[in-house]
Amino acid sequence: MSYDAWILLTGSLVGLTCGVTGALLVLRKMSMLADAISHTVLLGIVGAFFVTQSLNGLPMLIGAAIVGVLTAFFVQMLDSSGVQSDAAIGVVFTSLFALGVVLISFVGDSVHLDVEHALMGEIAFIPWDTLTVQGMNLGPKAVWMLGFVFLINVLFITLFYKEIKLTTFDPQFAALLGIPVMFIHYLLMGMISLSTVASFDSVGAILVVAMLIVPGATAYLLTDRFLILLILSGLIGILSAVTGFAFAVLFNVSIAGSMACATGLYFILAFIFSPKHGILMKQIRKYRLSSEQS
Amino acid sequence: MNALSVQNLTVTYDKTPVLQKVGFEIPKGSLTGIIGPNGAGKSTLIKAILQLIPRISGDIQVYGKPYHRQRRLIGYVPQRSEVDWDFPTSALDVVLMGRYGHIGLIKRPGKKEIQIAKEALRKVGMEEYQDRQISQLSGGQQQRVFLARALAQDAQIYFMDEPFVGVDAATEKAIIQLMQEWKEEGKTVLVVHHDLQTVEDYFDHVLLLNKSPVGCGPTQKVFTMENLKQTYGGSLKFLGENSVVLQERV
Ligand SMILES: Nc1ncnc2c1ncn2[C@@H]1O[C@H](COP(=O)(O)OP(=O)(O)OP(=O)(O)O)[C@@H](O)[C@H]1O
Ligand SMILES: [Mg+2]
Repeated sequence: MSYDAWILLTGSLVGLTCGVTGALLVLRKMSMLADAISHTVLLGIVGAFFVTQSLNGLPMLIGAAIVGVLTAFFVQMLDSSGVQSDAAIGVVFTSLFALGVVLISFVGDSVHLDVEHALMGEIAFIPWDTLTVQGMNLGPKAVWMLGFVFLINVLFITLFYKEIKLTTFDPQFAALLGIPVMFIHYLLMGMISLSTVASFDSVGAILVVAMLIVPGATAYLLTDRFLILLILSGLIGILSAVTGFAFAVLFNVSIAGSMACATGLYFILAFIFSPKHGILMKQIRKYRLSSEQS
Repeated sequence: MNALSVQNLTVTYDKTPVLQKVGFEIPKGSLTGIIGPNGAGKSTLIKAILQLIPRISGDIQVYGKPYHRQRRLIGYVPQRSEVDWDFPTSALDVVLMGRYGHIGLIKRPGKKEIQIAKEALRKVGMEEYQDRQISQLSGGQQQRVFLARALAQDAQIYFMDEPFVGVDAATEKAIIQLMQEWKEEGKTVLVVHHDLQTVEDYFDHVLLLNKSPVGCGPTQKVFTMENLKQTYGGSLKFLGENSVVLQERV
């Protein structure tokens, strides 16, 4: 595959994985937690590096999942002991991220791991960092990691589909039925962490939040069906990646940045033109009603 | 047999207990009104029984077995506003959730479950609205959908927290009718209720509550002026019309 094709595939996988998983967060009104986790997983990555002395995919995923779930756990703990929930997120997020930043300075120069890279990512380098097994070039590592994480997420969402749905919609009723509400919560946080880490190299910690939240928020404006919302969110993620890439090539600007911008563009379009919840249709409906009455 | 037996139940939110050493028993097949002033702990009682809030002490038995082994027998009509109304889900979807406890983890609702859910919607007169997103229903219609969800649960003991608040006469009638049907099927129903005037018409049992039970038993025996005074204390005089009605009856 050509260099461009790899980048396009990587971006699309980021859009798809983050879109589907992030939509669940949007529905739970926990978008800010995505912001927190996308930063604190840095600590998980650094931690995994210190344990294994390498930047391998699997330990990184595990480290990130642990720290991501820990982030959610600390936030929950502070929250339930009376700290305001936005303050709780702020405190946990900054402390764990800061710890990651401090620890990263102990990582030698031999390894490509620094704060700027973690924050911004660089999708343009992705095609060169390939996975080779027995001398065979299997394509970029990031593609494999994203594909793997996407499959895991889809597996969990399929297995716990109705549990995820009910715990989001009506946690009290879910608890009444004996559904493990907290388990589902942390499962989702784990999925978010995995998606974040897998996207890290490509778009970095800041822009990954756009990929997690915006497609879900856009799909939310377009449908009243849970399943369709998840699928739509994934598709919007892909669409944003493709559009963003085209734009970046055309104007020679940051690819990841353009992708994130594209998510915002689709959100605005949906916000205005959505047949159900768009402001334009609302105005038209109002106008029709008032002209009918006069 | 007792459908519900509560012993030594104590619940606190902060320091002072909201419920202290509450104990009572509800016979199978009864229709019980839970009555008491604002802040008496009625909602707290239901939530504690359903283990939605932690308790300090208390033994709860449902049909002779500990609560956690009887979850499938429990139906619950929550107070409105406790769900995410904007969640992308239809009325039928919500009713289907009543079947989740029967389906078990991981499995999906099949044709049979959908049939049951549709039947439940029909029973509360909401079949036309099955595909509506739930925030696009009126308050009374939403209440009916949650009633249908409880119906779909096919429970043996139902808990309803103020089901008549904000519904019209027709919906109130529909709820009463459903409660009566449940009773005839030998099911047990507990309802938090505020309108003292209708207590004697709706319920064959009452539980008078103010932090601890003032009385619990058949309506004619327990729903007396004296007990009510004890339950409502000084606030009874604010009941105005109602207390006059009560005075005549007692
Ligand atoms: N989440 C909470 N935290 C702290 N105190 C609470 C909480 N919920 C209820 N309380 C207190 O517990 C007491 C009982 O409340 P509860 O809601 O059970 O009353 P209720 O009988 O249902 O009243 P109402 O008729 O107004 O619904 C009240 O004094 C209330 O202030
Ligand atoms: Mg109450």
